[in-house]
Amino acid sequence: MNRRRDAIVLALAVAAFGVAIALQMTRDRSYPRDERLTEQILYVRSPAALKRMTLEFDAVLADVYWIRAIQHYGGDRLSGPRAASKYLLLYPLLDLTTTLDPYFNIAYRFGAIFLSEAYPGGPGRPDQSVALLRKAIVAMPHKWQYYHDIGFVYYWRLRDYQTAALWFQRAATQPNAPNWLTPLAASMLGRGQDRAAARFLWQQIAKSEEAWLRRSAQRALLQLQALDRIDYLDAVNTRFPPAAGEQYSWPRLIAKRLLPGVPVDPTGTPYEIDPATGRVRVAQESPLFPMPEEPRRLQ
Amino acid sequence: MRAIRSVAVNVFRESVRDRVPYNLVLFAVLLIASSYLIGQLTAGQDVKIIKDLGLAATSVFGLFISIFIGIGLVSKEVERRSIYALLSKPVSRAQFVAGKYAGLVLTLAVNVTVMTVALYIILAYMVWTEPPTIRAGWDAPGTDPRLLKAIFLIFIELMLVTAIALFFSTFSSPILSAALTFGFYVVGHFNADLKNFDRVVDSKAAAYLARGLYHVLPDLSAFDVKTEVVHGLPVTFGYLASTAAYGVAYVTALLLLATFIFSRRDFK
Repeated sequence: MNRRRDAIVLALAVAAFGVAIALQMTRDRSYPRDERLTEQILYVRSPAALKRMTLEFDAVLADVYWIRAIQHYGGDRLSGPRAASKYLLLYPLLDLTTTLDPYFNIAYRFGAIFLSEAYPGGPGRPDQSVALLRKAIVAMPHKWQYYHDIGFVYYWRLRDYQTAALWFQRAATQPNAPNWLTPLAASMLGRGQDRAAARFLWQQIAKSEEAWLRRSAQRALLQLQALDRIDYLDAVNTRFPPAAGEQYSWPRLIAKRLLPGVPVDPTGTPYEIDPATGRVRVAQESPLFPMPEEPRRLQ
Repeated sequence: MRAIRSVAVNVFRESVRDRVPYNLVLFAVLLIASSYLIGQLTAGQDVKIIKDLGLAATSVFGLFISIFIGIGLVSKEVERRSIYALLSKPVSRAQFVAGKYAGLVLTLAVNVTVMTVALYIILAYMVWTEPPTIRAGWDAPGTDPRLLKAIFLIFIELMLVTAIALFFSTFSSPILSAALTFGFYVVGHFNADLKNFDRVVDSKAAAYLARGLYHVLPDLSAFDVKTEVVHGLPVTFGYLASTAAYGVAYVTALLLLATFIFSRRDFK
């Protein structure tokens, strides 16, 4: 008798759970909640206050904020061109992570690369990248990588070669710094910029142990490769302009046997050509789009 | 000594009967599940996060055992009136307090040991499955023996929290003891702020009072070296030894106070 009663109670409990889940699903379908709002919540904004509140569990909470930062960045990056609130929490999340765990090396380097990346790939905030890296230097003043990363942000994003060279020089004076930093700083000061320096810097980043850093560097290297090819194609167009009344196009160059076929970027996507000016660019559907804005003297 | 051992063994058996070891299963499940989930969620920081989580879980589970069993060590015996039967035997009150404390510390030692072994097994698995290129990027080796430094200080901290719980248990109800012990635990982690109170107040009296409290209250933040060991940063033997010695001295003081109070209690 007791067994039967228990079975009935259990079955009723399962049924009640089933009803609750069904009702929840119906409600979610009928009254969808604005999930963007919940995504954007940062309950505690003060890193110092949060560190106090976590007692001895600051490292675990740093991991939680790190995962949140990754998810926030990845989610916004994949969501396509959305509201202006894109990547809004990236810096606060990384700031919280690195206050809770000041030795969280990868959080600083992640910030260096992605905070400074131009919209829509990132928030386009090199100032925040530099602020985060300066914080890293306070925690670990002898890691040459942070000085190098600040130099890189000044070089690649802010186009401030004097300051970039200064940071590369500082990196070179740190323990275990690689010997290529001093000549790099000198060449940056000496002859301004060339694409080779950019390629060299990205090649160094491509050697990182972190897969996402390597991926980011590999994409940048492909973009540089595409820029080389665009320079060549622009030169061809300049040298062999269309006849009067004719437009710039790939078939025209192919017919003249100047190109073997429609030129494609390193990802296999055909380049676009402006029929009026002949300027060649990477197609919007290419994984390499948007291309980095090159420094004036780079070209 | 035999009396202390008998009381201690009984406390240990009771904790096993109370299903305390269940938390070990929970710990193992948490670690295994997290090692899988973290791999899906984060960008190549799995080992760091597993170390952080393993150390924090060791600390949290130990803290729960310390507080929730510690507060009942003496008061439960009084409530159940089993104290009369116990004290009628050739066991002094000091031996009773020492035995109760040793029993719970033994329970904690077994818990911490099993959790440490489980953590190292998961870390060894991570080392085994990750390629050398990924391992080269880790701040410290996967199965870094330096983690034991943090675990050692966690254990001493748990010993201290147990002594606080036992101390309150000798004269207060379990609920009040739990609240007071938890309060001491929280205050103990803010304690270092009291040391430099003179920088934020003008009053000399307030500064002296704060300095006094800094010395009287347990300095628990000193036992936290988890971040340092996870990143492979140095934690010197001198620091470990002096912090452990401080913990042992504080535990001794609390146990003596607990014995003093318990000896004066009238159970008639």
